[in-house]
Amino acid sequence: MERTLAWQIATVTAIRPETPRVKSFTLTLPNLLEHRAGQHYDVRLTAPDGYQAQRSYSVASEPERKGEIELTVERIEDGEVSTYMHDVLVPGDQIEVRGPIGGYFVWQAHLGGPLLLVAGGSGIVPLMAMLRYRAATGSDVRARLLYSSRTISDVIYADELADLAGQDNGKVEIFHTLTRAQPTGWSGYSRRIDLQMLTEVAEPVGPAPKTYICGPTLLVESVANSLVEIGLDPAHVKTERFGPTGGVPRGG
Amino acid sequence: MANGFISRGFTGRRQANMAGRVPPGQYVTPDFPVLSAGPTPRVPLDEWQFRIEGLVDEPAEWSWEAFLQLPSREVVVDIHCVTKWSKLDTRWEGVSVDTLLEAVAIEPRGQFATVYCYGGYTTNLPLADLSDGKAFVAYRYDGQPLAPEHGGPARLVVPHLYFWKSAKWVNGIRLMDADRLGFWESLGYHHRGDPWQEQRYRGD
Repeated sequence: MERTLAWQIATVTAIRPETPRVKSFTLTLPNLLEHRAGQHYDVRLTAPDGYQAQRSYSVASEPERKGEIELTVERIEDGEVSTYMHDVLVPGDQIEVRGPIGGYFVWQAHLGGPLLLVAGGSGIVPLMAMLRYRAATGSDVRARLLYSSRTISDVIYADELADLAGQDNGKVEIFHTLTRAQPTGWSGYSRRIDLQMLTEVAEPVGPAPKTYICGPTLLVESVANSLVEIGLDPAHVKTERFGPTGGVPRGG
Repeated sequence: MANGFISRGFTGRRQANMAGRVPPGQYVTPDFPVLSAGPTPRVPLDEWQFRIEGLVDEPAEWSWEAFLQLPSREVVVDIHCVTKWSKLDTRWEGVSVDTLLEAVAIEPRGQFATVYCYGGYTTNLPLADLSDGKAFVAYRYDGQPLAPEHGGPARLVVPHLYFWKSAKWVNGIRLMDADRLGFWESLGYHHRGDPWQEQRYRGD
């Protein structure tokens, strides 16, 4: 069936700072189509003279959340849409969106597990949707997340991730690495993701994990190559990459 | 459609002198973002081949060595990715698809192509979008051998359509009598993908 993804005027109902450079935007839509964890929305801005700019942003919320979606957006210094969302938008504002989009980088409970998730920076967003969805549906698949951030203050969803890791009899395990600076007493990893780190995180997950990698191009390229090197089937390794200009994951 | 909507407080950062050169909803980037659905396939050159098959009198096949012997040309084109970035004046070297099609006699009903790739990626195009100088198989970018993450050893380049049609790690073209959706096309993206019509998603 041909279905057009129409533009809709969403209303911003809440804006929550996640880190100094990242905010989450809660949107209500007049015609909300249920998304799958990992999908994204397009955002379109229109100036009074008709000039438009568009970008894609991953949905952070789980599909079970009714009536609204949450987009988590990193402010890109020379960005056109992320700076508007961070600097101009206030609750009550309206913004044009369409989605959900993307049918490959998604996880649904019937796909089973175990789940191996690897994130760099704001690449955590679609993976967070998967973890939230996993929790909301009561799925008991084992999940391990390896999450690379520059410093402790750049870790998005830090508290919620800690909560997730404490629940479910340890079936969700979170591993952080901080690449630029570590707080005193830091017990996580302190380097860029490498083969040894991936081996330590991936092997206990069990054979043939459903693997999702999202982050900057270089991280995703290197992690995907390493995971294939340690024996994962490329057909089960799904990637989303964003270039140095930020913007968003997904591609052709 | 939400016609007439204005984003409060948005003026935009128009890029100078881009009028008529950048399709709607696109922005120009100096980078070359890498976007792929999975790990980058590694194809040893001594195993690489390119085939044209399907509704042809006799399939044609080239080894890497034979492919490099084909007449090549340098092409400078603008490329447009459905994820909104455009890159201007990209410089490629490769073989025109017209040159490859000369090696076979296509049955008249073979008007649709599936382009297939190492790693399993596919994309669909009508033959008309691959011929008459509209597409080429590139093996050099900006004077250098094409890097694996950008599709090397060789990728299709179809600059007049969104860049997901420019299949990386290309392995061959299969000619058929019907349009059969490829990888992204079966996952909600537009079957043709003309950036000037903003054909991003199914039904656009």
